[in-house]
Amino acid sequence: MSIRGTAAIVGAAQVDTFRTEGRSPVGLMAVSVTRALADAGLTLADVDGVFTSSSYYAFPSLTLSEYLGIHPRFVDTTAIGGASFVAHLGHAAAAIQAGLCEVAVVAYGSTQRSDAGKLVSMAESSPYEAPYGLIHPIGAFGMVANRHMAQYGTTSEQLAELAVAARAWSLLTDDAPYPAPLTIDEVVSSPVIASPLHKLDCCLVTDGGGAVVLVSAERARDLRSDPVYLLGTGEAQNHRNFSQMPDLTSTEASRSSARALEMAGVTLGEIDTVHVYDAFTISLLVLLEDLGFCAKGEGGAFVEGGRVAPGGELALNTNGAGLSHVHPGMLGMFLIIEAVQQLRGAAGRRQVPDARLSLVHGMGLTLAAHATAVLSNQPPA
Amino acid sequence: MTGTAVPPITPRGEEARYYERLRAHEVTYQGCADCDSVIFPLRTVCPGCGSESLEDRVSSGRGSIHSFTTQHRAGHPLLADRVPYTLVLVDLDEGFRVMADLPGVDPESVAVGQSVEAWFDDIDERLTVLRFRRAGEDS
Ligand SMILES: [Zn+2]
Repeated sequence: MSIRGTAAIVGAAQVDTFRTEGRSPVGLMAVSVTRALADAGLTLADVDGVFTSSSYYAFPSLTLSEYLGIHPRFVDTTAIGGASFVAHLGHAAAAIQAGLCEVAVVAYGSTQRSDAGKLVSMAESSPYEAPYGLIHPIGAFGMVANRHMAQYGTTSEQLAELAVAARAWSLLTDDAPYPAPLTIDEVVSSPVIASPLHKLDCCLVTDGGGAVVLVSAERARDLRSDPVYLLGTGEAQNHRNFSQMPDLTSTEASRSSARALEMAGVTLGEIDTVHVYDAFTISLLVLLEDLGFCAKGEGGAFVEGGRVAPGGELALNTNGAGLSHVHPGMLGMFLIIEAVQQLRGAAGRRQVPDARLSLVHGMGLTLAAHATAVLSNQPPA
Repeated sequence: MTGTAVPPITPRGEEARYYERLRAHEVTYQGCADCDSVIFPLRTVCPGCGSESLEDRVSSGRGSIHSFTTQHRAGHPLLADRVPYTLVLVDLDEGFRVMADLPGVDPESVAVGQSVEAWFDDIDERLTVLRFRRAGEDS
């Protein structure tokens, strides 16, 4: 038994993806949910499954459900950082297939920008790491970058290519928060925060809410929106504390993506748009290698020359993603929503022509947790 | 003793035992009696085989820099006057990895693979913190 193609995303919405005016984290989640339901032609009364994770709320499914006045019969608050929401897609499909719920909402909300740039997190710190004052997560990613540079000769200029490409993609959206192009020189001459990473190697700090609605593929055919089918999902993980990451330059993304592609029955070469968690330039580079777009260690050369910029070979993070569009603490939800936009042909100036298959890869913590999804606007064969 | 404050920690159980041994200027790791796994941080069961027969061992404190970063912002308000400071992941010779720092170094001189040795910073009457210096250098 497989969940391949058994569920579809039938509604999606995001709100206040740079700065909110007066909405709390749960308020952002709630309005995203109601708008995603309206997108699907459904109402709150239809919702019986709630999937969420939060840096603000210890019991986020209870917080959100109380706020919305709903009484779901199935909830899942799997918390694997920014990868959570991609993982929730598979969990929701499984719950729908098992008859545990019929209309599932996956939701996220954060006011990280309004919180004045303070990284909000309930996460405990390890007594083995806390005395040293590593800034989570940039200090850890500085160490990943230094290791990648020592092992493979990767340069700061190569990393900067990813920030430059993300900015170019974001300029094709109607709500680019930083509406001017970026150069490699600007990235590498921005202040070093945690060597070798500069300020412009880092994702934005924004507010934002997002939600998607899933139902069975069968029910999706009767709803008003064009369904986006969940063809495959995969998860993998290998550590909690950064000091125990088995290999700083190679991750379990290779396993989660292989699982998702195998379930979907498609190959990487068939994918039209790619949406990969980009907390930092270096984390995106490592993930591109692990997902199989190039060999391990060759990511630096791979991204040179605008290969992942608009007009390049790979349509990667087509709205600028975390590096240049939206990153409210956890990005995974917004990667899903951008893939849905592309597969609906609703991505405006950044639309990838005839996009039929998208790969979404969520990453949590310091490359610790991974969840991959393969989405399509075509029903499974 | 530097007397430098560090971010507070609340070690419990085997974590507390690790810090008790640091008070005695020993870096503790474990070996599994059933499968020879080298274990760190300290555990109650072996992640290699599930055995509870683990023995504490004392590290030489010698190892090499697996990676590093120099932070130009403090990770905690108590560390504000130490910026910039350099953190390291050290591969100890016995086969396990720790996070620590390399106080007082010129950041430009730090590189992956350099040999380092442990030293013990008695913060106050109760807490000792593990730090490193390059082999042969004063800390
Ligand atoms: Zn064992």
